[in-house]
Amino acid sequence: MLALRSVVRRVGTQTHIHETNLEFQAGGFNVLLGTTLAGKTTLMQLLAGLVQPSAGQVWFDGRDVTGVPVQKRNVSMVFQQFINYPNLSVYDNIASPLRVARTPIAELRRRVGHIAELLGLAPLLKRRPAELSGGQQQRTALARALVKDADVVLLDEPLANLDYKLREGLREELPRLFADRSCTVVYATTEPVEALLLSGYTATLQAGRVTQFGPSSAVYRDPVDLATAQVFSDPPINTARVEKQGRRIRLSAEVGWDAEGTLGNLPDGPYTVGLRPHHVLPAQAGSAGVAVDGKILITEISGSESVVHFNLGGLTWVSLSHGVRRFAVGEHARFALDVAHCLYFAPDGARVGT
Amino acid sequence: MARIQLEQLRHSYLARPAADADWALKKVNMQWDDGGAYALLGPSGCGKTTLLSIVSGLIRPSAGRVLFGDVDITDRPPDQRNIAQVFQFPVVYDTMSVFDNLAFPLRNRGVAETQVEPRVREIAALLDLEPMLAQRAAGLTADGKQKISLGRGLVRADVNVIMLDEPLTVIDPHLKWRLRSKLKELHQRIGMTMVYVTHDQNEAMTFADQVVVMHEGMVVQTGTPVELFERPRHTFVGHFIGSPGMNVLPCDVEGGVARFAGNPVPTANAADGAKRGARTELGVRPEFVRFADSGIPVRVTQVSDAGRNRIVETRHGDTVIRALLDEHAPVPADIAHVGFDPQFTRLYVDGWLAGEGDAA
Repeated sequence: MLALRSVVRRVGTQTHIHETNLEFQAGGFNVLLGTTLAGKTTLMQLLAGLVQPSAGQVWFDGRDVTGVPVQKRNVSMVFQQFINYPNLSVYDNIASPLRVARTPIAELRRRVGHIAELLGLAPLLKRRPAELSGGQQQRTALARALVKDADVVLLDEPLANLDYKLREGLREELPRLFADRSCTVVYATTEPVEALLLSGYTATLQAGRVTQFGPSSAVYRDPVDLATAQVFSDPPINTARVEKQGRRIRLSAEVGWDAEGTLGNLPDGPYTVGLRPHHVLPAQAGSAGVAVDGKILITEISGSESVVHFNLGGLTWVSLSHGVRRFAVGEHARFALDVAHCLYFAPDGARVGT
Repeated sequence: MARIQLEQLRHSYLARPAADADWALKKVNMQWDDGGAYALLGPSGCGKTTLLSIVSGLIRPSAGRVLFGDVDITDRPPDQRNIAQVFQFPVVYDTMSVFDNLAFPLRNRGVAETQVEPRVREIAALLDLEPMLAQRAAGLTADGKQKISLGRGLVRADVNVIMLDEPLTVIDPHLKWRLRSKLKELHQRIGMTMVYVTHDQNEAMTFADQVVVMHEGMVVQTGTPVELFERPRHTFVGHFIGSPGMNVLPCDVEGGVARFAGNPVPTANAADGAKRGARTELGVRPEFVRFADSGIPVRVTQVSDAGRNRIVETRHGDTVIRALLDEHAPVPADIAHVGFDPQFTRLYVDGWLAGEGDAA
């Protein structure tokens, strides 16, 4: 099992990683989700042994491996900026870790062939990296990381530089590649939907802190705080200040709704409400939910969905709905808030009323 | 500003192109009306960057002409074309202030300082850069820097077209949403022709009024986002646009009825008359696949959580049929039947929408 125990990483006067305790899911897919500079790459480097913690330890399989150099850990890595040996063919690039491990030739051939087939590289094995497209080069780097039986595989935004469709295919393929292996995978991404689709566990990161760790679907639907909800929403989650007064939640003087369930037991006062864009829909006659009046800022129509940005109480709200909804800029329109899906946060950001 | 026309453009990077595959652009005709929002969408190697370089003057096409209005500018160097470009990586002068960055193209052209000031302030206001005008550009976030790149294009009054080459690729998702809607808003407010080059369907579809889908050096379809979604002219468009892409299922056609694995499937366009030996397929998007009490028998093999949607993978034999359902929609366990919305189920012959032919 791979774990970080009270790990801190400081560089000069800056703290890149605040005290972190994390036990990764052994033999599973662990996603680190956060924006650029949230600390994902630093965590990867700590796990690999490329940098050392300022305090705390890295544990693997019941052993403290802090200070064990990267060459002595059975770790494979792929970074966003893919690296291949330019003077070796694709075949030899993929085979290189197996040669280092003195794998018997028949076994080597079988494994290189298998992984090349899975990643669609079979017709390209004789080429040099310079003769490949960016996507093919990244798949070669991936194949090299996957061909050996590493205990830990670290993938730092491995699909970020690839075409959209290629990313879609590999995102589907990657969990399958690891399904019958016992290695622990740690995968960093900035994209919430990617974290969900990889269908394992997710740790959300913000400004050098892990805010939550658990099964991806659970973290997405049941965030423990506002930071987690924001990190795990694409499009960004709508947030606004509300006032709780007795059994009512008030968004403004005109708009309010009943505080359901345990929400009603909270002390009166200010809270933050979060509501994802697909729970804010253009209202039709008889629409369920709490109606609000918004001033249209811009409408984006993707062909199957409409994203409508509107102003409500001085804040920009976003609605995401099926189909084509056209609005003129500056027009006033009604939207329905599906308040059953509202998330509530105390002024310190902690989730309340669950 | 003027209408831009690309006539019979062909280009090869080889000295003596022979085979079809030697052409980076096979034959392209295109027209960009003044003030339009266009996207060139396609995978790496489809020819979109070659096309962009021909318009900006970095490459002279092997054949064909580029017209700005009625003027043939095919042989004009880049600096005489009045084109502004925004690249994947923001280009800013780090040591200059935001103001000086935006003023640079004007001062460079000898515009009087009395005119520079109001124009820079106007553009800064459009981009929400006003509070930062005095700051050094080095301190800005990635999306802030990309706004400066864009602002330097917008600030010039003489620009024919702004070309954006993968402008959001290196921007984090939550900032991407903000910058993307800003771009769209800008286009509507200033009405300058914009051409957005990307491999990302979401960016292309949300930005552009007309999306040009390219594949292997050719334009496979030009249309509004809704047309491309609802009525792909080629299975490539169906696959490339939409996530997941369109289901493409092998079928037979007999008596005007398409059959998938023996099951009759009502379509919007099935008809006999396909050439003997032609490949016939059904195209239906996952959005238009529904579970039903009867229909095509399938096994449910995987359910993926995509947040607001569930992607359900089913199989009939070895053929995968994907359905896209709402977040909380029920999914049958194991054995089920699926049906398709006939209005959005179409027959394709050799990849092209039946009845349309491949005359591009």
